[in-house]
Parts: sequence; structure tokens; C-alpha cells
Amino acid sequence: MKYDTIIIGGGLSGLVSGICCQKSGRKTAIISAGQSALHFWSGSFELLCRKGDREVIDRPLSLVDSLSGQHPYRKLGAERTAALLSRVAPLLAEAGINVAGSLERNHYRLTPLGFLKPAWLTLDDYFMLSDPEELKGKRYAIVNILSYLDFYPRFQAYGLGEHGARTVTADVNIPELDILRKSTTEMRATNISRFLTDAAVDRLAKAVNDASKGTDAVIMPAVLGMFSDGPVRRLRSQVERPVYFVATTPASVPGVRCQLALRDYFIRLGGTFMPGDTVVKGERERHRLRRVFTTNFGDMPLEADSFVISTGSFFGHGLVATLESIHEPALGLDLYAPEGREKWYDKDFYAAQPYMGYGVTTDAGFRPAIKGETIENLYATGALLAGFNALKEGSGAGITLATALHAADKITSAL
Amino acid sequence: MMTLQQQNISDNNFESCIKCTICTVYCPVTAVNPDYPGPKQAGPDGERYRLKKPVFYDEALKYCLNCKRCEVACPNNVKIGDIIQSARIKYAKGKPSLRDTMLANTDFMGNMATRMAPLVNFTLGLRPVKYLLDRTMKIDDRRTFPRYASQRFESWFGRHAAASQDSYPHTVSYFHGCYVNYNYPQLGKDLVKVLNALGVGVHLLDGEKCCGVAKIANRCVDEATRDAHTNMKAIREATARGDETVATSSTCCFTLRDEYPHVLRVDNHDVRDHIMLATRLIYRLIDEGKAKVAFRPDYRKRVAYHVPCHMEKLGWTIYSTSLLKMIPGLEFIPLDSHCCGIAGTYGFKKEYYDYSQAIGEPLFRQIRESGCDFVACDCETCKWQIEMSTGVPVENPVSVLAAALDIAKTRELNGVAAIPAVE
Repeated sequence: MKYDTIIIGGGLSGLVSGICCQKSGRKTAIISAGQSALHFWSGSFELLCRKGDREVIDRPLSLVDSLSGQHPYRKLGAERTAALLSRVAPLLAEAGINVAGSLERNHYRLTPLGFLKPAWLTLDDYFMLSDPEELKGKRYAIVNILSYLDFYPRFQAYGLGEHGARTVTADVNIPELDILRKSTTEMRATNISRFLTDAAVDRLAKAVNDASKGTDAVIMPAVLGMFSDGPVRRLRSQVERPVYFVATTPASVPGVRCQLALRDYFIRLGGTFMPGDTVVKGERERHRLRRVFTTNFGDMPLEADSFVISTGSFFGHGLVATLESIHEPALGLDLYAPEGREKWYDKDFYAAQPYMGYGVTTDAGFRPAIKGETIENLYATGALLAGFNALKEGSGAGITLATALHAADKITSAL
Repeated sequence: MMTLQQQNISDNNFESCIKCTICTVYCPVTAVNPDYPGPKQAGPDGERYRLKKPVFYDEALKYCLNCKRCEVACPNNVKIGDIIQSARIKYAKGKPSLRDTMLANTDFMGNMATRMAPLVNFTLGLRPVKYLLDRTMKIDDRRTFPRYASQRFESWFGRHAAASQDSYPHTVSYFHGCYVNYNYPQLGKDLVKVLNALGVGVHLLDGEKCCGVAKIANRCVDEATRDAHTNMKAIREATARGDETVATSSTCCFTLRDEYPHVLRVDNHDVRDHIMLATRLIYRLIDEGKAKVAFRPDYRKRVAYHVPCHMEKLGWTIYSTSLLKMIPGLEFIPLDSHCCGIAGTYGFKKEYYDYSQAIGEPLFRQIRESGCDFVACDCETCKWQIEMSTGVPVENPVSVLAAALDIAKTRELNGVAAIPAVE
């Protein structure tokens, strides 16, 4: 089986690279081992939200030059990073995902625990602010679904109250959801969303209207619209006040929607998506990767002219830690990950954990190496890369998207 | 020596579950049946409790289709479907009912029915008979039964095909399964026709039994295990004589490769790589230039391809679709990968019939709206379900190839024109 480009990894990074390669007319396949981290998505993408202990709001990209030399943004440079990331919102819109935000200035999102945190892009039906000052004197109704346990209105009320907003909290119910309560452990966002369609949304809208009288806007958990945004639009059109959503505990309803929208767009463009398969080995000819072997395809490898690897970090199994060492299991790529388990972590749980910075090392063009030899037709992208701490910096999505677009550019311009 | 980490992994790795609920998002049963606890709770969550005390077994696990879409979705590679099936086998109370035993024994029933096929087909089509089966046995009277053939595939093969097969330069062994043998020998004949034209002779396996998928689903595990050992012996013999074993049913193929070791605990590691779908073998022959194909210039069809659940799990959709796309006059329409709902014998049972149809409805709608001439699909029970629910005919990709190939020319291209072709 021969392709122009094979992408190993079917999450945000792999899908974005795949869409760009396929759009440029290259025959592209994505090999995806299980569903991706998008299912844990907050509804916001971060670009660069913290520098040391300082929160970053204005001109986040102006800090790129102060990052370490191995940092992916530094490798791309501020200008190139900005050019790449300016393409993200239009590309997501093509797939049917509408986001708001700017590269010039971070906005604030509302976290599930009620804090305001910086973000770069946020789903346009989510709660976002350019300045916490806007909250002063505003009245919000924070409306939860009765007995839904993964959203905490009182945390939201406390957090918004700290910034001068006035809030009321309410639980609403509609009879369609009673059936789910047979097992309270299954009152999960994704399960609830299955029942919130058609007439159930109309009934929910009525309950939300009753609960939010006298307020300026409604804040709700993101439990609507898993397979399309139809229920979200239906609810918003019937509630008398603006409705804004806040992320819930996983699995994330908008995350599922985003994953499926990107996957479907890739397939509509003519791409081949191979779910539930794992790359176990690569074969090289000199400095080029020629073919990859997978669990399902057995002794019939998949060949391509160029490859992208975007298998994620430890959580996505792009990196695997044993008791003794850390390795990249698909191709055996060179890593920055020192031997000796005691070096991997800091006993202070809240410190910047060293292992968060581990990953695949690359040349300036994001091409990784095997035993010191750079692979000329392979690009590594996203969380698999070494040199940054996504959690501490608030930079994961920006790096994922910038490197994915960069890899696709390199591949498509090499035609 | 195993590392500490390896020692902490159970056979079905339920402890790798991180409770993310992603499996439940993609479960076709959860979407229509709130009484089903969903794969996370039925599988790894429930397993923790069941290991403590069997009393925690929940009879609602019977609603699982065994489609394995949970396993395809799982980010941590937990064998969720295997955990659920193994739990049903181990903990479900009571013996399988007479109905379930009958539905499970596709080979015994097929053997009986083909002896008087016209009578059986006529009788099973009668309203009063269906009414009676519905009321007495709880086989839903809205279900259309697959028709039985008068002549079994094995008999046809012995009489018309067997003699010439060793004249071909290569051979494979064919696991035809119950459906080809008792219901639809034409698919088997089509496979012989196509493979012969590509220069490949076909053997049958010695004493082939049902793959066992229906017996596993209906908890007739002892019989399934016995049959599995018989099949593995035959497949080992085939492998020893240099034959790959091919199947035309994605579910038979999946069962032989994965359910044997994972659910029945029948070891197959030595020959597993030699068991494959016929479309994989055919694709490989063409791709590697070992066989050439010539298509009929007058073939014109609009074909929608449906991905059966076990095909999704095998990960081999691309072989069947690539072959279909090779056909010059074929307009290819991909369908969303979505369970059709029948799950073998599940959709025949009165208590599941409505769920079965509700699960398949989005697929049926897409097929009706596609304007296709027919649906192509590698699974026989999907075929029954789609034909009954949409009125659109369904063909196995191997039969599509048999119709689209210029057989005489293809035989010539592969240097086997001199061997007498099977009629």
C-alpha cells in the first residue's frame, strides 16, 4: 500500500497535517491508535500563557526569543510561528469548528474550577473575556443539569464573584434525563448529550429561561452537541439571554465534536483514516524512512515518500517509560530523556516536572534522528517533541498546531 | 524475567483503563438502549467488582453486540469487548435457551435445512410460521430469514471445482464459513472464479467447522472451543502445505484470528498471520505484480461501501475498498463507518429487535439517500440487515470483482487460460 504521505497519529496535530497534505493533492493516510487527547479538550487552545510565574496576556509571541534554543517556538522563530498560527482559525472553520481569539493578545477563559486563565483561541460559544474588569456588576445565572456531578456551579459563582460579578446558581431537569439517573456514575457529559436533542432541547431552554430570570447571561456546562452543533444553536436561539459554555470533566463533548469534524473533513478531502492501528516498526533506506509496519497490516507494510509522526507524549503513548528508561516505541527515534529514573521528577508535585520536557529531539527543520542519523523525509510534531513544558507554559496547542502546519508546508513544498 | 510492570498486567488489561468514557461515546448500544451500562462500566469497571465477588455480575451485559468498536476507540488499548464477552461466559446465569442454542448452531441448522431447502425457505417465509416462532421461541416475526441453498458449497466444490485446483501455480485454502456453505454458495463460487483467474487454486480446509462466533455470542462455549480446535488443526495442516487460509467473511476471519486466543483461549499464534481476508490476498497479488487483472469495459455501477464492525477492528477496510476503486466503471461512495445493528444472531431475537433496527437507522438512511445500485460489504449478517431494512441489495467485494473482471482475459494475462475453467 503506497501513499504520498503517511501520518502516524490521529489527534489534533496529525489531523491538521493530514488535512493540509491532502488539500495540496497528496495521497495521505493517517494511522491512529485509539482516540486522541482531543477527547479531553477544554474548548480552548493555548499559545503561550505563562512565562515563569508570570501570566502572559499581551503579545505572547514577543517572548519567543527568550525561550531556550530547543523550544519548538524558538526553532520556528516568532515570525514564522505567527504566520503558521494565523492559519489555524480559518482551517478549523473549514472543518466546521468556530473559534475566537487573536495572536496579539490572549483572552481569558473560565476553567471548570471557576478560575480565569489566559487562552489564545476558544470555541465561540464558550465563556470568554478580554478583561476580568468586564465582570463588575454583571449578573450571571450558572445553570447545571440536576445531579450532573462533573460541573460545580458554586466554584464558578465563587470565581466570578471574586471579580465583582453577581451570580445565581440553579439545577434544572427535564424528564428525558431521568432514564440516565438509574446509574449516577453514568451521568457524564457525553451520555447526557445523547439525550439533549430535538424537543428535549426546547424543554431545557424553557427550564433555563425560568432559572435565569433577571440575569444578563447564562453559564452552563458543555454537555450539548456531541455529533453536531445543532443542539447548541437550538438552545441558544430559544434562551432569552446569551448562553456561554464552560468545560466539564472529560470526556469532553466539544472535544468529540472537534475530533470528528476534523476527521470527517480529512476523509471528505479524500484522505484515508485508519483507526485502531499501531505502528510497530519502520524500515529505512539510507537516510529516508521508506515504510512502516503496523499491528493490523502485519507483513504488508505501508509505504510513503514522506512521513509525519505526531503520536503525543506519555499520555498518548508517543513516549513510553519503563522502570529503567524512556523510549519512542513506533520508530525508535532519538530522545531527550536522561537515564536514571530519579532525574525524571521533582518531589514537589507542583514544580515544573522534568519529564514534561522530555521528547523527540530534531534538527532545526523538525526532522528527528535514529542513532544520530537525521531522517530526511520524516517530521515530528506536537506533544512528542522535546524542549517545552506544555503544562507550565500553557503552550501545548500552539506548539502542536504550529509544528503540524510547518511539517505539512515542508512536505507539500518539496513536491 | 518479567518486569514488575509486566507482572501487573492481567490478560485483558482492564487495569489499563483510565475511566475516560471514550469507549462509551462510540458504543452503538449505548446510543439506543439506556438499560445497557456502556462498555466502560460493563467492561473494566465491572471487572474490578466481579473479581471480588461474582454477585456483582450485571445481566445487562447481554445487550453488548460484541462489535469491538469500544476497543478501536480506546486510547489505552484495553480489550473492553473481550472483557465483556469473557464475563458473560463466566458469570451469566442459566444455560443458553433452546432458541439461543438453535441460533448458535449455524452449522447444524444449515446442514438440516439445506437437505430440504425449498420447503424450509417456503415455510420460514409464511406469516403463521413466523408468528409461531415469534410467540413460542421469541424470534422476531419482523425479521426476514436468510434463504437456504439446495446444494451446499462443499458439494458443488467437490463435484465441479476440486479436480482442477492443483493445476494452478499457487494454492490457498478457503474458510468458506456457514453462510457460503448453506445459504449463499454463489459467493464461494465467485471466489474460486476470481482466484483461479488470478492463477491461484483453491483448497477447502479438512473438516471445517463453524468459526464459532454465534456460539460465543450465545454462550455455547464448549462447542465453540471444540470447533476452534478442529479448525486450528485444519489451518495448521493448510499452512504446513504452504497455503494461506482466506475467508470471505470479515467476522469469520476476525473470530479465527482474535476471538480464539482472546475469548476461547485457543492458541493460534503460530498460524495467525496466515489467516486473512480474501481481499487482502487478492490486493497483495495485484499490488506486488504477481497477478494481472483485466476489467470488462461495459461494467457501470454506483457502489456504496459499508464497513462491518469486525472489518473496522481488523483494520483491513482499505484492501476491499482499494480493490473496488480499481474497477474502472465503478463509482465509489464511502458510507460512514457505523454499526448496522444486527450483530449476527442478536437482531433475530425479539427482545433486541427494536434496538437492532434503531442502531442501524442512520446507516440505512445514508444508504437510501446515496442512490447507489448496491452496497458492497464483507459481512453476511450486515448483508441480511441492510437488504431487509433498506431494500438495497448487498454484494461481497469478491462477487463484485467476479462480475467486473473480464475473466477470460484475466486468465490469459495470468497464463492459466489452458486450465479448464470452473463453470
